[in-house]
Amino acid sequence: MTAEDPSAAPRRTRVVLGEVAARRRPADRARSDLAEQTPVGEALVKGLMRAQLALALRLALVVVIALGALPLLFAVAPGVAGVKVFGVYLPWLLLGVLSFPFLISVGWAYVRWAERNEQDFIALIRRPEQ
Amino acid sequence: MNPYLVPGLIVVILVTVGIGVYGLRFARTTSDFLVASRSVSPAWNAAAISGEYLSAASFLGVAGLILRYGVDVLWYPVGFAAGYLALLLFVAAPLRRSGAFTLPDFCQVRLGSPTLRRLASIFVVFIGCLYLVPQLQGAGLTFTTVAGGSYAWGALLVGVVVTANVALGGMRAITFVQAFQYWLKLTALAVPVIFLALQWQSDGRPLVTPEAGATFPVATSVVIEQDATVGGVPVEKGQQLSFDAGDPVPAVSTVDARFGVDWLLPGGDGSLFATYSLILATFLGTMGLPHVLVRFYTNPDGASARRTTLVVLGLVGAFYLLPTLYGVLGRIYTPQLLMTGRTDAVVLLLPEAALGGGHLGRLLGALVTAGALAAFLSTSSGLLTSVAGVVFTDVLRAGRSGSIRDFRLATVLAASVPVLLSLYVSNMDVSRVVGLAFAVAASSFCPLLVLGIWWRRLTDVGAIAGVLAGGGASMAAVLITVLGPPLDGWLADAIGQPAAWTVPLAFLVMIAGSLLTSRRVPRDIGATMLRLHAPESLRV
Repeated sequence: MTAEDPSAAPRRTRVVLGEVAARRRPADRARSDLAEQTPVGEALVKGLMRAQLALALRLALVVVIALGALPLLFAVAPGVAGVKVFGVYLPWLLLGVLSFPFLISVGWAYVRWAERNEQDFIALIRRPEQ
Repeated sequence: MNPYLVPGLIVVILVTVGIGVYGLRFARTTSDFLVASRSVSPAWNAAAISGEYLSAASFLGVAGLILRYGVDVLWYPVGFAAGYLALLLFVAAPLRRSGAFTLPDFCQVRLGSPTLRRLASIFVVFIGCLYLVPQLQGAGLTFTTVAGGSYAWGALLVGVVVTANVALGGMRAITFVQAFQYWLKLTALAVPVIFLALQWQSDGRPLVTPEAGATFPVATSVVIEQDATVGGVPVEKGQQLSFDAGDPVPAVSTVDARFGVDWLLPGGDGSLFATYSLILATFLGTMGLPHVLVRFYTNPDGASARRTTLVVLGLVGAFYLLPTLYGVLGRIYTPQLLMTGRTDAVVLLLPEAALGGGHLGRLLGALVTAGALAAFLSTSSGLLTSVAGVVFTDVLRAGRSGSIRDFRLATVLAASVPVLLSLYVSNMDVSRVVGLAFAVAASSFCPLLVLGIWWRRLTDVGAIAGVLAGGGASMAAVLITVLGPPLDGWLADAIGQPAAWTVPLAFLVMIAGSLLTSRRVPRDIGATMLRLHAPESLRV
């Protein structure tokens, strides 16, 4: 329909079609933005990727600092390696036992947060106004 | 010989084949064979991935290395586990969402380059062989050590069982087989370790490293494996030395091990460079192992791929608590291994050495040997499936949809080379070669996957250049290490543990190459990235 008659047409379209469109169109537009790779869709995907990559890099940094520093620490300060906890030398305890629960807890945190990022993304696509 | 051994091994082989045949009833289509029709639950899949991953190097090699070198080599189990964290953080979900069957498929999906695909196939086959040969050798050596059988028969037996299983059942069956074998391996290490710890308690908790050096717990005779000097006295190969209980364990000049108290503390002969190189190779190499990656295609969606990886991290982490205990207790109960240099056998020999030759010791000895057999079987099955998958799709396929018969032919082809190689090359060091496989994977597939998933501007030319530079350099280092003369000084570190320079090299070349050829960025990159990263529920 084209807007050639200013007296009758606006009323009909505003009330009926406008409401349906307001309810349905934004979600559809975001979806088709995604599917058709419009600049908006690309920006949405880039945002998700950036969030996920930042999360992964941050957690990787935690591991690199916590585990990666150990060889250097033992080399620079040999006294630390000689400390005994419960009758076990610290390096054995850190590497042989504690490193595994540490890795698992980092992984658990990642899965939780990565899924939350995805939930946020889905919510953004489904209800872009909110 | 241990009377429980043969029945134990036969049970493992029968159950493996049995589950394989049971799985055959479900395997109907080619897709069933390759990726189990993508309908395996995370718990099954995680146990299968772990079962596949824990190879001879993990089951035997880690304990042997700890017995020999002490705390420094704890980085092996830590790195083997941490590799799954890197995989979880950077690869798991997007890789599953890419919808590719194999690693070369991923190259096709992401960059659409047949050349890169062929290159990736070459690396899959190379890494697969590099990993498969030591598994078969480990099998052969176990048969020699425990059963007194011949090396060739052990390697051949495992080779034939694995080939038949993969060719008949494909991956659907293998999923169940691998899951069973994870629990078998965990049990085979966990149950004996309880009895070993109780025995250590009742022996009055002997010190792991007494001030005066290690002593023999019982009267022992040691057969020297190579001409050497023992405590200043020259001995010949094959000479038998006898020691009484309580005698100190002498150092043997040809065996590279740490005999004294320094075994307890870090900072042995390994340099800091070698340690960091090892950390880099194991952390980043896991994601590039073809037989691990192929498993991720069997998850139903990206989120479950992530959860599966987390469960794998837990299962693998639980397993790696155990080899350390074997290595430490081996210091007390099997010090003669330090003199012969056959430290890889510590897991196999420890139960009988500590608990005596009674029924309990022999039963537990048979149990760990069965676990070792499971380790060879499961890792070789997984490797063979992925190598056969690549041979099937990239060599035999030739543009048509292949049949199950083609897949079986591919399996036999893929198995014959490593089996033959393992018969002729018997003196390669098992755990070292496995470590090198990690280095090659970390320098070729890791940059390709990480940049392919997270960086839009990667181009096919950049990817090819990076894989050739990093992967090629690490491949050359592997060939020099395995075939070449022994090296000295910094060159030995740089070639023997190449990851610290080949991984950054691969990343740099890949990034520089892509930036120089920025016009070749695929036109559908937006759609590809959407597919890799958006949750499946948004697919339109």
